[in-house]
Amino acid sequence: MESQVIQPGSAPQSMLKGGRSSRRAFKDKAAQIGVTIGGTMVFVALLLIFFYLLYVIKPIFDSADVTPVKSVSYQHAEVATLMVGADEQNEVMYRVAADGQVDFYTVADGSLLSSFTPPLPAGVSVTSAAIAAPSEQRFALGLSNGQALIVGIEFGLSYPNNKRLITPKLRYSAGEAPITIDESGSAIHHLAFSYSNDKISFAYQDDNGAWRLSRLEGQENMMTEEVEWTTTGALLPDAPKKVAHQLMTPDQRQLMLQMGNKVFIYNIRDVESLDLMQVIDAEKEKSKVNNIALLAGASSILVSYDSGVVTQYFQVNGPKGRLYKEIREFTDLAPVASIASEFYRKSFAVVSPEGELSLLYTTSERELFDEKFDLKNPGVMGFSPRANGLVVEANNQLNIFHVENSHPEVSWSALWNKVWYEGYPEPKFVWQSTSGSDDFEAKLSLMPLAYGTMKAAFYAMLFAVPLAIAGAIYTAYFMSPKVRGIVKPTIEIMEALPTVILGFLAGLWLAPLIEEHLPGILVLLVLLPTAILVSAYSWSKLPGTWKQRLPEVYQELMLIPVICFVGWFSFAISPMIEVALFDGNTRQFITNELGITFDQRNALVVGIAMGFAVIPTIFSIAEDAIFSVPRHLSNGSLALGATPWQTLTRVVLLTASPGIFSAVMMGLGRAVGETMIVLMATGNTAIMEWSVFEGMRTLAANIAVEMPESAIGSSHYRVLFLAAFVLFVFTFFFNTIAEVVRQRLRDRYSSL
Amino acid sequence: MGKWVKSGSPWIWMTGGAVSISLIAVLGLLLLIAWRGLSYFWPATIYQWELEDNTGARSTLIGEIYDREEVPTERLTAAGHVFKQPPGEFVTRYLVKTGNREFVGLDFRWILATDIISRSEPADVAMLERAKNGNFYGYPVAVIENGKRLELKNDALESSLMEHIDRAVALSDKALSLQKQDIGAINYKIEKLRLKERRYELDGELTDSRKQELAAAKVALEQDYKLLEKELFALRDEAARDSVIVRDMRGVEVELKLDSVLDVTYVNHLGLMGKIGKWFVGLGRFVSDDPREANTEGGVFPAIFGTVFMVLLMAIIVTPFGVIAAIYLHEYAKKGPITKMIRIAVINLAGVPSIVYGVFGLGFFVYMMGGSIDQLFYAEALPSPTFGSPGVIWSALTLAILTLPVVIVSTEEGLSRIPSAVRQGSLALGATKAETLWRIVIPMASPAIMTGLILAVARAAGEVAPLMLVGVVKLAPTLPLDLNFPFVHLERKFMHLGFHIYDVGFQSPNVEAARPLVYATSFLLVTVIVALNLTAISVRNHLREKYRSLEH
Repeated sequence: MESQVIQPGSAPQSMLKGGRSSRRAFKDKAAQIGVTIGGTMVFVALLLIFFYLLYVIKPIFDSADVTPVKSVSYQHAEVATLMVGADEQNEVMYRVAADGQVDFYTVADGSLLSSFTPPLPAGVSVTSAAIAAPSEQRFALGLSNGQALIVGIEFGLSYPNNKRLITPKLRYSAGEAPITIDESGSAIHHLAFSYSNDKISFAYQDDNGAWRLSRLEGQENMMTEEVEWTTTGALLPDAPKKVAHQLMTPDQRQLMLQMGNKVFIYNIRDVESLDLMQVIDAEKEKSKVNNIALLAGASSILVSYDSGVVTQYFQVNGPKGRLYKEIREFTDLAPVASIASEFYRKSFAVVSPEGELSLLYTTSERELFDEKFDLKNPGVMGFSPRANGLVVEANNQLNIFHVENSHPEVSWSALWNKVWYEGYPEPKFVWQSTSGSDDFEAKLSLMPLAYGTMKAAFYAMLFAVPLAIAGAIYTAYFMSPKVRGIVKPTIEIMEALPTVILGFLAGLWLAPLIEEHLPGILVLLVLLPTAILVSAYSWSKLPGTWKQRLPEVYQELMLIPVICFVGWFSFAISPMIEVALFDGNTRQFITNELGITFDQRNALVVGIAMGFAVIPTIFSIAEDAIFSVPRHLSNGSLALGATPWQTLTRVVLLTASPGIFSAVMMGLGRAVGETMIVLMATGNTAIMEWSVFEGMRTLAANIAVEMPESAIGSSHYRVLFLAAFVLFVFTFFFNTIAEVVRQRLRDRYSSL
Repeated sequence: MGKWVKSGSPWIWMTGGAVSISLIAVLGLLLLIAWRGLSYFWPATIYQWELEDNTGARSTLIGEIYDREEVPTERLTAAGHVFKQPPGEFVTRYLVKTGNREFVGLDFRWILATDIISRSEPADVAMLERAKNGNFYGYPVAVIENGKRLELKNDALESSLMEHIDRAVALSDKALSLQKQDIGAINYKIEKLRLKERRYELDGELTDSRKQELAAAKVALEQDYKLLEKELFALRDEAARDSVIVRDMRGVEVELKLDSVLDVTYVNHLGLMGKIGKWFVGLGRFVSDDPREANTEGGVFPAIFGTVFMVLLMAIIVTPFGVIAAIYLHEYAKKGPITKMIRIAVINLAGVPSIVYGVFGLGFFVYMMGGSIDQLFYAEALPSPTFGSPGVIWSALTLAILTLPVVIVSTEEGLSRIPSAVRQGSLALGATKAETLWRIVIPMASPAIMTGLILAVARAAGEVAPLMLVGVVKLAPTLPLDLNFPFVHLERKFMHLGFHIYDVGFQSPNVEAARPLVYATSFLLVTVIVALNLTAISVRNHLREKYRSLEH
């Protein structure tokens, strides 16, 4: 390729005389420009791929953006605010006051759209109020007569005259009439509640300061189709008196009471046996807990401190059962006044008394946004359902912000470090990009995939490098030219073999074969070199007359029948060995006796199949490098009395070693990026085990599997692009090294 | 011995062993694929076994032997099998294809040699190939023509059965072509009308007169459709007129409608010539038929067509770019950092994993370019994408980038073999550089360009991973080429031989049944690719010889 022609250019303009000369000169020039542009296009194509991949990846590392949209002064300001929020389109926002009044405001012009007051019996007042998980948009009012009312917020959507119209309304989930939860009629204080279609739980403090739990279980009446509720109640044992915040998980299994720096966790699964599971001591130096909140999915508790720290707790399996444990903390925030979590993702927002708003994400440990706004003495906050809007109550105003936070779940640490995911006993590398549920914590660690890629490439190289280089040495240095002319193209044709066929054979033919004949493979490993050496020795001891009868040229190929026989023999005696040594079932023996996991489609199969795909690449380049070592070098060495083998190892291989290195690099590049073989010959589980009997999931196979079903523009889509980019950079690195080394080698040969 | 080791001879033999292993691997692989692929079409003998299992229950089994293996007795006893008599250390186990899927549940069954009482090759047992539910094995008893049972014996029955099947198959073919071509065309036109209406609506030009015009056209088409539909149903009813009664291995007489039967073979009384004939028929059907039963049966014609079409499209795109780039690198570029960078770019383009091209193609070509084309020209079809979803043109473009280095390297090699004396001669005679290139150099290098193109085609034909992202599907309802204007539909998805192998071998519900077909497909693909490569190699060698003689 490097052989450019040294040549004269076109004739000078003056020579092109005659009528058509200018046209010819023009054509010549045009051709030159056209070809130059065409030639540089190759370079442009590579740059285009590089930058396009970067362009798609970039947004995942961008931080979030929060911009104020509108501030609306709300009415009924004399009563504290219970919750705020907005609809999906961020067109209507609402405020719920602690006495149950709900006001809806249009975002566009700040006008009051509608106002609702919950229907209460005469003479009854609201003594406490509680909100459910953000995604439910629901609250409950505890009344002075021991009753409670559950109210949900809904937005109706209609299109009169092809224009979107949002009609807010209230829904009384458990009926419009309040339901009795305290039989003695005591007022309800410090209410916490949780609602599902057939079960409602309330936790509250009665007039005497005792904490009670009341559970209503509903049964649908077959005749009237109305739900009939039956109430059971119990006293919470050992409950603290002065509780600052109380929370109940939506699955109605746990109740959290925060008093000072302690959080009391109750197991409320069964009303008959309520018990105090754990008391979290959230004590931190020089700071006080001032709020607790549940993260989306309600597996984690966020505890905020007045010193600007937020810690995340979730349950971790340990020797004493599943206990809450401090997982990570976000420090250096402004003092926290209020905290709000998103509907489905693990993002949350905190705001300081001074109005400093921060957006954080737990899994990726990212502080996505931090800026000070004009929000004096902020109260409660609430995200809108699509997490693109945030309503903050401050200065007797509702402030709605536009939130641009598309990819909070990706960060350098989430991709490449161990991450402690919810429900896991310890920090781990996990790739699990999708799941059925909305509030799923995406586990996007590229480590298991990179590991799998390395593992597959390692086993492939282990198989391919010795065979390919030894083969190249023999073909280039010892083989007669006539045989070489046949052998070289035969092995090189293997490079053209579609990898899908290799993968198919590996998965459906080789994998069962190896599983059936494991002892045979072991025997083959030992027997093959022995057989070669024995036949070599017997050849050297063969009487001269015999040698003459056998063709000299094909001496090297005489091993083929020997190897074929050894291969057949190993597989034939495999069942006997299996019966004699491994109780007739090697696979079970490995699993039960040795305690090694055995997958049918494992690294051994991949190693062999992918080794196959890589052999021709390495063979071809290494063979070229060895063959083009100048003959006078080896002749000189031989003339000085060295044996051919000495000449080979001390002279030829040393000279050709950069070429062989570049061959291995090329082979590695190919093994790293190979898709179909790995896809078909492994189980594609993203595990991190070096075991040769287990599978892996590589970057390339992962892209092939997941790309078609990932949504355009989602974090998952972009992370897959990132995986492709990693592959691109990886192979770029190896190929460039290989090419540079080869160029240098070529220069050296030409100088010799 | 010591001297022998010292001479390095054992190491030399070891390296020789490495070459031998590689050779055995390559040739063994090709032979394996060829053997398994070609034996798929060979009509296998149908056996009838009398079986008695360990509880003493007797049964009859009819089918083909698919596979056999030796199993250690210990493993069987460990799995809970009880033998009547101890059978020795190993037991032979046969995998039998029993067909008759709708009656026996699984159409494959393992039987132990110890259970077999007798095995026979009945001459009058037949294999019926069906459009649904796989093969049927049994003894044809009678043909029912239009509800009338024809009691025939032996040869008369056989020939009558074949006659009736041929009639039904001919009718079914007619119905199919009516459905695909005429009815397909009408559906296509109705869809075009809908899009036209939407287009007018988007442009705000949908006047009442236009509305009526379109409605009238639609009514006319629907009337045509009704007529054709009636014709189609008539043909189908006619094809379903006859049936055949077959006694299966349970001894039950089953009636099979002939519209679902494609062929009948009395394998056991076919002679060698007959079997060879059947083999060729099978091969022919394999390359010319549409797939059936979720690709696990039938032929691979759409996959062959899709592969060839995509590869040709790619060749059209890649050739000019590759040749121009090679000419630039060899004839115009001056030695310098830019040229060096371009060379490294070429090497890297060749080394980047193919899946990365797939990802790039999906993001850049399909979503970005295709999406923009849709916005500009096919707004009426949105939100359903026209070019904005994977399709054959995007696959061709993606593979064109992938194979660009192949063409460049090969063309440049060809250019470098042309002696510079030839160029200098032309320039000395007053030709410009462009004229020299066009009249002298490129014609001389054309075999090298051809070689590059062949290699590129071979590479593209075997590449699957990127196609999975940019356009290949397991079952394409229509080919990218048909009789509906504009005849070539570049936005359509297509089927591909390589993907067919992956899909049938790994995603199909009945892998056991599909495996021979995958071998056959693999053989087809390997043959094409190896043949292309050998052609390229021989063209190149020929070229080298030619220029060697030119130089001296």
